[in-house]
Order: sequence, then structure tokens, then C-alpha cells
Amino acid sequence: MLSIAGQSALRAIRAQSTPSALSSNFQSSSLARLLSTLAILEQRDGKLNSGSLGAVTAGGKLGGSVHGFIAGTSAKTVAQEASKIKGLEKVIAVENEAYDRGLPENWAPLLLENIKKGGYTHVIAAHSAFGKSLLPRLAALLDVQQISDVMNIEGEDTFVRPIYAGNAILTVQSTDPTKLLTVRQTSFAPAEIEGGSASVEDGIDPKTESSTEWISENLTKSDRPELASAEKVVSGGRGLKSKEEFDRLMPPLADALGAAIGASRAAVDSGFADNSLQVGQTGKNVAPQLYLAVGISGAIQHLAGMKDSKVIACINKDPDAPIFQVADVGLVGDLFERVPELTEKLKSQ
Amino acid sequence: MSSKLRILVPVKRVIDYAVKPRVKSDRTGVETSGVKHSLNPFDELSIEEAVRLRERKQPVEDILAVSAGPAKCADTLRTAMAMGADRSIHVDVPEDKPLEPLGVAKLLKAIAEKEQSNLIILGKQAIDDDAGQTGQMLAGLLNWPQATQASKVSIDNDTVTVEREVDGGVETLRAKLPMIITTDLRLNEPRYASLPNIMKAKKKKLEKKTLGDYGVDATSRLKTIKVEEPPVRQGGGKVEDVDGMINRLKELGAI
Repeated sequence: MLSIAGQSALRAIRAQSTPSALSSNFQSSSLARLLSTLAILEQRDGKLNSGSLGAVTAGGKLGGSVHGFIAGTSAKTVAQEASKIKGLEKVIAVENEAYDRGLPENWAPLLLENIKKGGYTHVIAAHSAFGKSLLPRLAALLDVQQISDVMNIEGEDTFVRPIYAGNAILTVQSTDPTKLLTVRQTSFAPAEIEGGSASVEDGIDPKTESSTEWISENLTKSDRPELASAEKVVSGGRGLKSKEEFDRLMPPLADALGAAIGASRAAVDSGFADNSLQVGQTGKNVAPQLYLAVGISGAIQHLAGMKDSKVIACINKDPDAPIFQVADVGLVGDLFERVPELTEKLKSQ
Repeated sequence: MSSKLRILVPVKRVIDYAVKPRVKSDRTGVETSGVKHSLNPFDELSIEEAVRLRERKQPVEDILAVSAGPAKCADTLRTAMAMGADRSIHVDVPEDKPLEPLGVAKLLKAIAEKEQSNLIILGKQAIDDDAGQTGQMLAGLLNWPQATQASKVSIDNDTVTVEREVDGGVETLRAKLPMIITTDLRLNEPRYASLPNIMKAKKKKLEKKTLGDYGVDATSRLKTIKVEEPPVRQGGGKVEDVDGMINRLKELGAI
């Protein structure tokens, strides 16, 4: 109760101070007036996808106004929810079930029309499967060179991103009139979903038909935290030897820690784990509090996806494995003995 | 009536995936001279898939491999032809002025139209710039359907069904030719080019072209400000046993 009261008091103070803060901002920077960002928000079955809220945070860093964009069956209901996202001035909603499956063939013309109308200088989406598939198509329609997997925003036209599997960090300046970015989910925390008061507006619906038909999906169901946003990740590699051993050792360890399960490419290729669990250059990027690598040697393609983790721990029987060069805590040992022991000791704590 | 498949497979010459790239001391880029280069791994999957379509008795009329870059891209194209591409086009682009994905997409659009391609299979990303954009941009420019990160492709007459990798699983899409597909690692396992096939590839046609031949303006939109080494992580040393690991993780606040 206390904390809620405290929060609402804070909100009241903020609400009072907002107009003056805004006007001083406008006076101090003429640029801020011209900058406007469209943040593309993802939703699924009428619920906002928190993974896409990093786009709002990234938009906030640019300094201008930030509008959110939502399309799909219950877009207006989701837009009401999104209007409370801190940092959003307006939410544009297009209610049409044609957009439910995130097909780039009808999403790209949809965004094109709404970007033209809004005169946005920046368009930001999360570097998710949806953002990766959609934004380049949109960029081509706008004749713009998009910038992928942005880790940092240094100015309105200057962005930082990894190249060569994160072995080099590139700073680029865009000369395009509209900047299209996909942002790395582990580099921009999700915007807070409370405290904002954006207006909700209908967007333009060009009703372009998709040339692609969505047939079905098969998603891995799990009660565990989602890999990309989990606080803790335990990840298994080739050292686990088989799917049976992977399934025997990894889930109990993950449960003992409350962690998500990841895998190296070797483990995925050998069929130990589902492809959606792959961590690395061509899989998912994670940056949890704790990344525990089990039976993973630490190839550069794997390190690309996890080396921004706060604490890296590993269990490997090869003391010369490259993973030990990045691990904060390394245990040389047979994982078939050490993992069950670790699981038991963590459970009894 | 089913169309004959005229498959276009764009390939890129990149630093070999097993080489650890070194950033140049003047911070303008990554050292590429004297470094082993190979065909981008995702592009090997594209060639392999095109060849397998033919082997699965699809009406494949032509598999054309295309690369844009310096003279050495010809080697990359020979590899593609040794794997089964019928012919190739090398578009000469100076090493110091590489194309951005948008420029590549514009060039590929011009080539696809000239060659009457109806299926374009690209890698989902090049492992050097890691942009992951060219296929989608090309689909946008041509206004063709797209299926990115494909793990399974089947064609029945003019209908293409693709299973694609998405966050959390797979989804299945269906579209009509012409179409753009980008490959994910799970799609197939590329073959090695056998010696006889490498010899045969030397006799296959390799056309040399320039950007001007296609009337493509591929002016760069991005300026490289700098390229840096990522912050180096220091390994924190090893612990003796499981208790040591738990204690250290507690000290670090990780559990």
C-alpha cells in the first residue's frame, strides 16, 4: 500500500513538472522540435510484447517526440494499454486482423503510409524476428539504408552496432532523411509500462493485401523465462553428448536457478535442443545477470551472443577451452558429475 | 501450369568464419588483406538448396550465382559453380567501396529482371556486416513475397511453402512464385565440391559486368565514423569444485 501511495504521489509531482520540463527542453534545443520517432510495438493475442518496448527507450534517447504504432485485431484495446507506456506522446492504432501475423508484405505499405503522414525522422523496431523481417523491406520502399542491431545511439544520426559477430564495433553516421533502426533488445531496457498518458489515434490503413499466406506456427511451449529477456540462462553444448543427456541434466539445473535454457549451435545441429534456443551470432543475443555455459567450448560465433552477460560461469572438462578466457567463474570438470552436484546443492540452499 | 524455375543465388565473399577478425590500428575497418576468405556460410546453404530443388526433380531451368565485389569474388563464384550453379555473373565493385545492402538489392533487382529470375534464394545474413537486410530489401523493391530464415522449402507447381525460424519456434508461410527466400542454418547441409566438379566449374560461364551495365546508382548512405575492438573481458580464473563455484557466484551477486 505504502509503495503504491508513494508512486502516485510521485506521479502527481511529475505531472505538474512535465509542462515546464517540456518547454525548457524545446527552448534549449531547436532540434528536439524537429525530431520525431515512430516506435513499432509488437503485440500477440491482444497483449503487448515487452521485448518490443526497447524501441520506445531508444526513441527516448533521441530526444524528440516518440509515437507508438500498433496494428492487429484488437489494436485499439492494446493501444489503451500502450498509452500508459512512459515516454510515449501518442499511440497510433490500426485495427485490422490482416496485420495479426506480422507479414511484411502488408506491414511495409502500412508503415510507409503512416510514416509519410506523421513525417517521422526516425523509425525504430526491436531486432526481433518480426523487426528483422519487416524493417529492411520498409527501408527499400523508403529508399533508405537501414541500420541493424543498434547497441547505442550517439546522436540523431550516429549509431553504434556490432559487426563480425561482435568482434568489432562500428560507429556509423546516416545521411538518409529518415533513419530506420532495429535495436538490440539487450542494449535498450523495455520502457516502463506505467506512468505515461499518451493519446490514442487511428492510423491510416492502406489495406494492401499480403502476397504471402500465413499457414501455421509451432512454438516451443515452456514455463521457463523467455530466453532473450531472462535474468539467468543455463546453456548446453556439444559436451552433453545427446538429447537424452541434455534433457536429463539441463532442465533441473535451469529450475534450480529459475533460469531459461539456451544452447550452442553444435547442440542445436546435433539435435540436442530446439533451434529457437540457439545463442550466438546467428541465434539469440542474451545479456543476463548470470550465463552458465555447460559443455560449450566458446567459439567466436557463440561468444557473440552472450559476452555482454553480467557474470559468465562455465563447466568444461577442457581447461584450454576458449570459454575460460571470458568466464568469471570457471570449473574444470566432467559435466556429467558436476552438473547434478551443482543442481542438488543449489536446490538445498 | 508450373513455371520453369530460374533461380538466382546471390553470394558474398567474406572473411572465413573461423578467422578472428582484427580491427585496423587506424580504426577505419577490419584487416582483410592476407586473411583467408570464403563463401559466406549462409550463401552455401542457398546454392545447396537450389541444387537440391533440381535433384528433387523440380523444373529447374537455370541456377545463376551472382557476386558483387573485387576481382577475387570470381573464386567465390567458381566455388558456387562447383557446388552446382550453372553459370555466374561477377559485378566488379572496388574493394575500398563495398556496396551497402540497399545498393546490392538495387543491383540484384536489375539482374533478376534482366535474367527473368522467378526464385531468389539468399543467405539470411553475411557474417561480416551482420546486417541481415538484402533479401527483404530486394523483396520490397521487386514487390515479391518473402520468407526469411527458411528451415524448409517445398515447391508444388507455382506454390512455395516455407517453414521459417521465428522467435520461439517455427511458422509456415505459403506464396506464389516469383518469391524471395533467405536461408537459415537448419535448411540443409551444404555439400563439398568434389574435384571433378571443381574442374567442370572452370568451364562454366562467368560473365564480368559493372554497376554501370545495370544502370544502378549505389551511392553509400552510411559513413563509417570508426571501427573499434569490443571491450575485452577478463576471465576471472577457475574454481576447484562445485562449492567454490557457488560461493564465487554468490560473491558476484549472480545467485
